[in-house]
Parts: sequence; C-alpha cells; structure tokens
Amino acid sequence: MSAETWAIARFTVLMATLATLLVLPPAIAVGWVLARKAFPGKALFETLVSLPLVLPPVASGLLLLWLFGRRSPVGQALDAAGIEIIFTWKAVVIAMMVISFPLVARSVRAGIEQVDRRYEQIAATLGAGPFRILRTVTLPLAARGIAAGGVLGFSRALGEFGATIMIAGAIPGQTRTLAVGIYTLVEVGREDDAWVLLAISALLAFGAIYLSNRLLDRRGAL
Amino acid sequence: MRQDAFTLDVRDEASVEVLGLFGPSGSGKTSLLEAIAGIRTPDRGEIRIGERTLFSSAHRINLPARERRIGYVPQDALLFPHLSARGNIEYGARGGDCGSVANILHLDGLLDRRVTTLSGGEKQRVAIARALMTQPSMLLLDEPLAGVDRDRRDVILPYILRIRRELQVPLIYVTHDRLELASIADRTLVLSDGKIVASEPAASAAALD
Repeated sequence: MSAETWAIARFTVLMATLATLLVLPPAIAVGWVLARKAFPGKALFETLVSLPLVLPPVASGLLLLWLFGRRSPVGQALDAAGIEIIFTWKAVVIAMMVISFPLVARSVRAGIEQVDRRYEQIAATLGAGPFRILRTVTLPLAARGIAAGGVLGFSRALGEFGATIMIAGAIPGQTRTLAVGIYTLVEVGREDDAWVLLAISALLAFGAIYLSNRLLDRRGAL
Repeated sequence: MRQDAFTLDVRDEASVEVLGLFGPSGSGKTSLLEAIAGIRTPDRGEIRIGERTLFSSAHRINLPARERRIGYVPQDALLFPHLSARGNIEYGARGGDCGSVANILHLDGLLDRRVTTLSGGEKQRVAIARALMTQPSMLLLDEPLAGVDRDRRDVILPYILRIRRELQVPLIYVTHDRLELASIADRTLVLSDGKIVASEPAASAAALD
C-alpha cells in the first residue's frame, strides 16, 4: 500500500468519524421525537427526514451545492464570514452527515421504540422529569440500538460518493475519499491503485457491518 | 376507562391503614392503581387523597405522576435492568441513604448486585424499597406476591407488615388472594368489571364469593 492510498484511507476514516460524531446528537433528537411523540404533520416530517435516503446521492449533492454556494442566503452568509465550504474537507464531512443522517435517526428510533415505556412511567412516579428520564432511563436502555445506528452511519459515510464528489470534488490530498478515489483512479487509468482502495473499503465496510450486527444481536438477550 | 369515585380515608397516625383491593383478573385493579399513580388518565372522575386533588375531569386537573408523591410497585417490579439494586433504590431518593429502608427489607447483601440476577422475591423487595425512598404519602402495591414462589410468600408478607408498622405509610394492596387479604388489609374494596361493588372490613371480604 503506497503512501498515497494510506493517506486516502486515513483521511476517509477521519472524516467519517467526525461526521458520525456530529450527526449523532441531532439524529438522537429526531429519532426520539419520531419514537415517542405524536404531532400534526408527523408523516411529513418523517418523509423529510428520510429524503436523503431515497434521493440519488448526487441529487442531494446538488441541493447542498446550491445551499452552500454563492446563490443561497446560507452561502452568502458564510462567504461574508470568510468561511469556505465547497471543495474543502468541510464539504466532505457535510456530505457524509447529510447522507448518513436518515440511517442513524431510523436506528435510534428503532432502538428507543424497543425500550418498554413502562420503565419511563415508573421513573416518573419516582419523581424524575422528562429530561432526566431521557438521560437516565431511555437512552441507556436504547444504547445498543443507538451505537448500532452510529456504526451503520459510519459505514455509509465511508462509502459516500455522489454527494461528496458534487460539493467536495476529488482534489488529491484534500477531498479525495476512498470512494471518490476509486472513481478518479479508474478514470485516469490507474486501476491497480483503485483495486487497493477497493480492498480497503471492503475491509472497513465488513468490519463496520459485523460490529453493527453484533451490537444488535446481543440486544435481544437483554 | 370508567371510574366510580371512592374515598380513601387515612385514619389517625396511630393506626395507619392498609386498604385492600380485591377482585379477579381483569376487574380493573391495575388500571385503578395506574390512575392513582398518574400513569393512566381516566376518562372521567375524580381522584383525591385527603385535601389533595390529583385528578378531576370536571375541573380539568391532572397532576403529573412525578408530582403526586405516590409510590407505585407494579406487579412485575419493573426494576431498571441497567442499574444495580442500589441504583434502583436510590433513583428517586429524597435525601438520606438507603440504609434504613434496605435494613427493614433485608436487602443489605444485595445492594451491589445487578437486578437481572435477583430472584422474584428479591426484585419485589427492591421495588418496594425504591418506591419508599421517595418518601411517598402512599404506597401502591400491585399483587406483590404474584411473582414469588408459593413457599416464599410467607417470608415476604412480614416485610410488608414491617413497612406499615415502622414507616407509617398508608398502603393500597391489590390481590386476588383472600388469605393475603385477611393477613394484611384493614379495609377492602371489591372490584368487578372496573366497578367497585363492595367496601368491607377485611374479615368479611375474605368470606365473599
């Protein structure tokens, strides 16, 4: 494995880890709302949350390109503050976050739904307020499902291509992830190197899915 | 869920009352306890304890469970599986350590064990201790001996009597077993199909069919 392929692998794992850590808090919040709350427009909310899952990733990428580009209010505000997003590592993280968000939120939702509500009710009779119940009862009991969701989101982020290449490009040493690397290397005829990246991707994906399944399996024994 | 109003009178401190709630399965005993604890909202009616109104459909009062100061021990104990016995007991504790309560219920040796390793009777006692640590104004026990082996039941009952004697907490004790009723209740309400059909001193309730 050359220095270049090693750098690409390390960069991708780093970005995916950061993206997963950043996506977990909002995904847990949304997952909890979907699992425990009823409100008008919930179906619409659920659909919006799932959108990055069903849209082609390049389409999500195009939307992000618009959002962070000079033609949108968000892009202009960032420009004014001197913050660059497009074609930087930040775009890589954002693309990974957006694409993996629905997966993590859904896993969190499933994890929380399997927590018996009666535990939360008993906690209330013991004097705990809603936030304390969430922190000390619901989330600890849903921990495995949430962790499995995090691992799933991480592995999806590792393999993210469509949105990434749209807003981050494929700049060698700066925004070239494993998946984007495979594509560009094949494009320029360096197929042997592309195969090395493929092998690394497969190894990481295998490890992540295996871990996710182990986490979910033992949950059944609780 | 239809609720007919009933009044719980707590007599003077000298004789703390145990109110038995008797009836077959499905007669609404658990639903009634859940309504009192604040876990379940009745369609209509009123729930008052002395001067405090916990629920009133007419006056749109519905005090949330966490403000009711009512200890609830459900039929299957419902201990938090991710906490130890001590963690469970101290969950809602209002000051003071669990020493005296653990002592009354003979839980001293169990405190650091994971609750998943406890027997039915031990879980029940931990659940009772957990509820007592909140210093409740009343304790609701839903068939506390249901999950306990027959031969262990005589061992558990004295603990409940001790609580009544040493901690002076009024109890509502749900059971479908007449013998338990006779051992523990001062007064009994008999439930059938969600309605209260009789209110008796315990002795004659035991003779009911």
